[in-house]
Amino acid sequence: MKVSYYPGCTLKTKAKDLDFYLRKCAGVLGVEVEEIENWQCCGGVFTTASDEIATKLSSVRALSEARDKGQKLLTVCSACHNVIKQTNYQIKNDADFAARANNYMQQDVPYEGEAEVVHFLELLRDEIGFDAIREKVTDALKDKKIAAYYGCLLLRPGKVMQLDDAENPSIMEELIEAMGATPVVSPYRNECCGGYVVLDDAKSAEKKSTAITENAKTMGADMIVTACPLCKYNLEKHDQSIPVVYVTELLAEALGIKEGV
Amino acid sequence: MQRVGVFVCWCGSNIAATVDVKAVAEALKAEPGVVFSTDYQYMCSQAGQDMIKEAIREHQLTGVVICSCSPRMHEATFRKTAESAGINPYMVEIANIREQCSWVHKDIPTGTEKAIILGRAAIAKVSLNAPLTPGESPVTKRALVIGGGIAGIQTALDIADAGFPVDIVEKKPTIGGKMAQIDKTFPTLDCAACILTPKMVDVAQNDKIRIFSYSEVEAVSGFVGNFDVKIKKKARFVDETKCTGCGLCTEKCPQKKVPNDFNLGMDMKRAIYIPFAQAVPKVATIEADYCNMLKNGKCGVCAKVCTAGAIDYKQQDEIIEEKYGAIVVATGFNPISMEKFDEFAYNQSKDVITSLEFERLTNAAGPTAGKLLRPSDGKHPETIVFVQCVGSRCDACNEKGKEYCSKICCMYTAKHAMLTRDKYPDTDVYVFYIDVRTPGKNFDEFYRRAVEEYGVHYIKGMVGKILPEGDKLKVRASDLIENKQINIDADLVVLAAAIEPDKSARPLATMLTASMDTNDFFTEAHPKLRPVESPTAGVFLSGACQGPKDIPETVSQAGAAASKVIGLLAKDKLLGNPCVAGSDEMMCNGCSSCERVCPYGAISYLDKEFRMPDRTTKVRRVAQVNEAVCQGCGACTVACPSGAMDLKGFKNNQILAEVDAICR
Repeated sequence: MKVSYYPGCTLKTKAKDLDFYLRKCAGVLGVEVEEIENWQCCGGVFTTASDEIATKLSSVRALSEARDKGQKLLTVCSACHNVIKQTNYQIKNDADFAARANNYMQQDVPYEGEAEVVHFLELLRDEIGFDAIREKVTDALKDKKIAAYYGCLLLRPGKVMQLDDAENPSIMEELIEAMGATPVVSPYRNECCGGYVVLDDAKSAEKKSTAITENAKTMGADMIVTACPLCKYNLEKHDQSIPVVYVTELLAEALGIKEGV
Repeated sequence: MQRVGVFVCWCGSNIAATVDVKAVAEALKAEPGVVFSTDYQYMCSQAGQDMIKEAIREHQLTGVVICSCSPRMHEATFRKTAESAGINPYMVEIANIREQCSWVHKDIPTGTEKAIILGRAAIAKVSLNAPLTPGESPVTKRALVIGGGIAGIQTALDIADAGFPVDIVEKKPTIGGKMAQIDKTFPTLDCAACILTPKMVDVAQNDKIRIFSYSEVEAVSGFVGNFDVKIKKKARFVDETKCTGCGLCTEKCPQKKVPNDFNLGMDMKRAIYIPFAQAVPKVATIEADYCNMLKNGKCGVCAKVCTAGAIDYKQQDEIIEEKYGAIVVATGFNPISMEKFDEFAYNQSKDVITSLEFERLTNAAGPTAGKLLRPSDGKHPETIVFVQCVGSRCDACNEKGKEYCSKICCMYTAKHAMLTRDKYPDTDVYVFYIDVRTPGKNFDEFYRRAVEEYGVHYIKGMVGKILPEGDKLKVRASDLIENKQINIDADLVVLAAAIEPDKSARPLATMLTASMDTNDFFTEAHPKLRPVESPTAGVFLSGACQGPKDIPETVSQAGAAASKVIGLLAKDKLLGNPCVAGSDEMMCNGCSSCERVCPYGAISYLDKEFRMPDRTTKVRRVAQVNEAVCQGCGACTVACPSGAMDLKGFKNNQILAEVDAICR
């Protein structure tokens, strides 16, 4: 199977691991990942200003390219996934926005929300299947107790993201279990890490992040797994006593294909 | 040609504000057959009715058209008026210019135009009306009460008190319902069991009342006064007539790992059990899924210890058929599942419980013998947080909860908080609320006592999230009055879960052809004036199956439903609905189409001899309608390919005349 892939800027700089292991895992799992040609920064945040349009055009461009190829658009960074998925939803449900966006874009075929955005986790769950993963993993993660940390962007707004139940998600726990490790369910798994607030009010971000790491430790987790570069940054910055790894990296380890970057 | 009188009602401003009633009366005067047309402020009032009667006499009217509210509201009123003026009540037609016209239109020209069209249709129909006379049917003088909670118990006792036999069908092994699980009752704090169990005993001892416990209604047919009901008595593997309720079997049964549903799964029972000490009937029941003997034939301990020889592993489900004159629905409520409310960590921590679980935890017969202990570690909780409105008053778009207010939670939460502080003054008790709603006799005084005398901390605001950490539950909430976020480290959290109708209600409503609202509460015939009757004749509503209710309200409604049943059963004969189907034998070709669509089984076939034009005779199969069973739904008239089937009062030519008049 072939998918269009939108890596995002962070994956080319700070979060190279996330990108590197995604490609490696996809190869082993039989998914051909085709990076789209003209991707630009997603903007990092989906703006809720109703008249804002420019920051969403990069998403529309990426979506139309996937549409033109007849492929699903794969993402892995929570922020990119959130922005692109929300933009796609707005295109489908807000005719006025769709018309204005297409006016700017001036493409041959206007984009009307035809492409499907899938997060790497959804690809694993819905296309490959956790059972298939269970068959391929080694026992590298055996005896590991791992807390899944979803953050907010992956799950909310629940009605749009539709990745999992926003209050009681289980997709990462199921994956952890399929990878042969023991999931640790932390009630903080869908709390905010502080996000970009770290730039403006570091104390607040610290409070949010340490609450997450402290709880994971109390619940007996050896490590935390996430899909979001910003979450990883915040968690690691404020507490070095528990490792935080990307979901792709962990999967590579489980599949026995992890090697130095 | 009929002599038709038209009466246009203003309904105060309900109709007159959006329909020019004078113009309607004037326009309809010109319709064929109309000899009199007028308007009046309140046609249903005494003065209005007198006006109709006078016009009938003065103008020798043979047909009457009332342009007013829905026929569901006042058709019966106006039929009586016509009858008292000497014309057949079925010569009255209602043009609904309120619900289907003035209430849905905003401007006078549109409203007026539509009212005239609707009036025209009714005139066209009444011109083809024929006088109808209702048939009579006998009344079976026995009532069925479905559900054995406090609602069903009270209804049954009141009906039996009037001398009529009553059967209670209860799906659980004992009657008592939710009230039996409750510890104390607000606002007087008397113990629920002390006031309920004597009533349960009264039911058991009343020779007019039969209890079918561990039973469910399987099928209902017939109509008001003459219902035929099939009751499935589920196999409990114990002979009720022999079991003495000694309880020896429930002590000796080796299968001890059966979740005890009476204590909401907070402790275990044996595979053979009596739900609680005061159960009625006090008879043991075997939980088939857990019984070793029933599963693999290895055990038989209960049969060995039973001195009465009541254990019967071969018992089968039994179907009981019985006739009833009236049916009372008292299927009650359940708290909603907390599965989708994981922000409150109900699935993550044993120490997050629902209010009904709290009742069991504080009940002397509960899993902790009445000591308030945390389910996780059995420790005494020092800080308890109550969360109100969990799943109640939710957004319409939020599929997790219910839009309505569950009504009872404010009061029982005040009760829980007060009793906790009374018994354990060392505990800190917080209640988070959206509003505190305490209308009811002595209710607000009760809530204020919780705050003022017992020092319960009431905080206006909702809990956003509960985070289990170690042996604490971190409660994060907003305080709307101080406008700040607050965090409380609690030992126990109690969720006031919304309540919803019992799951058995929906299939039952289908069986009874009784209507329900979008929340699966049974609909009453009129929200104000007929609150205990369902729109289906002979079906009555008691308790929370009609909407959230506390015990005092349930008991009053139960009594009201009983009085309606008594009124019905006191009659020897009922007048039927003459608007029933009939088949023209000359046109019927015996194809069975009508029989297949009839939901009431009112149609049968007969081989009848006909004399043919050539003077021979021929036997043909023709449809026959049992008028006592026919409900006049009209399904058969639509299904009939030859046009032989017709509905009296709604004949095909009448409907077509209406359509013609509308399209004119």
